[in-house]
Amino acid sequence: MAMKWPTCHLWVEGEGLMIWADVKTMKLFEVTTQPLSVDEVVARVADPGNGAVITFVGVVRDNTEGRQVHFLEYEAYPEMAEETLRQIGDEVRQRWKSVRGVAIVHRVGRLQIGEASVVIAISAGHRPEVFDAVHYAIDRLKEIVPIWKKEVWADGSEWRSEA
Amino acid sequence: MKVKVKFFAAPREALQRGEVQHELPEDATVVELVRSLVQAYPVLGPYMCRAKVAVNQKYAAVETVLHDGDEVAYLPPVGGG
Repeated sequence: MAMKWPTCHLWVEGEGLMIWADVKTMKLFEVTTQPLSVDEVVARVADPGNGAVITFVGVVRDNTEGRQVHFLEYEAYPEMAEETLRQIGDEVRQRWKSVRGVAIVHRVGRLQIGEASVVIAISAGHRPEVFDAVHYAIDRLKEIVPIWKKEVWADGSEWRSEA
Repeated sequence: MKVKVKFFAAPREALQRGEVQHELPEDATVVELVRSLVQAYPVLGPYMCRAKVAVNQKYAAVETVLHDGDEVAYLPPVGGG
């Protein structure tokens, strides 16, 4: 089950004023078919106590081992993928007590070269350790989250794994 | 008893289906399910060695005992990110 914020408040800039906006049911761990926005994922960990937000953005590359990639096709077991993303968030918080917020959003479906496949945002009061936490989160994602990637070339295709 | 089995990526394409209902004897385990699936769908054979299995959306050991109505997923090596 995805973790949801029932109703919470978030500072947003509007017309030169700071106003309180209600943000409802924002998922911290999500699998989506929609294009990803780094700013939007960073907003999911917004908190006045944050002093640093570190992000990782996975991007579709145009080649693998010298072969020209046309596009990637991502497929997920969505319910379990969101649950394992949440588990990674729990692991991060256990290992790095200073972490305040973790959000991980992975896109599935057909992705073109240069598009973002995954965005991870981790926040804390201060920057030390958060870099390591982001590194840990992407490594764990590649290890346990049930998402698969098919590379499509001009002359064929293959399901790829680093596991 | 009957379990629902979900397939993804290469084995899903080989089977040309993302899901099957599979009949098993009572108290069958994950490894018994896998054997029974390969018998019923020989096309799955080449994909079975490196896969993991999830029962009700959690990674499960091969000796896990299955129950009627369980959702089992056959997970080839993952490749997200």
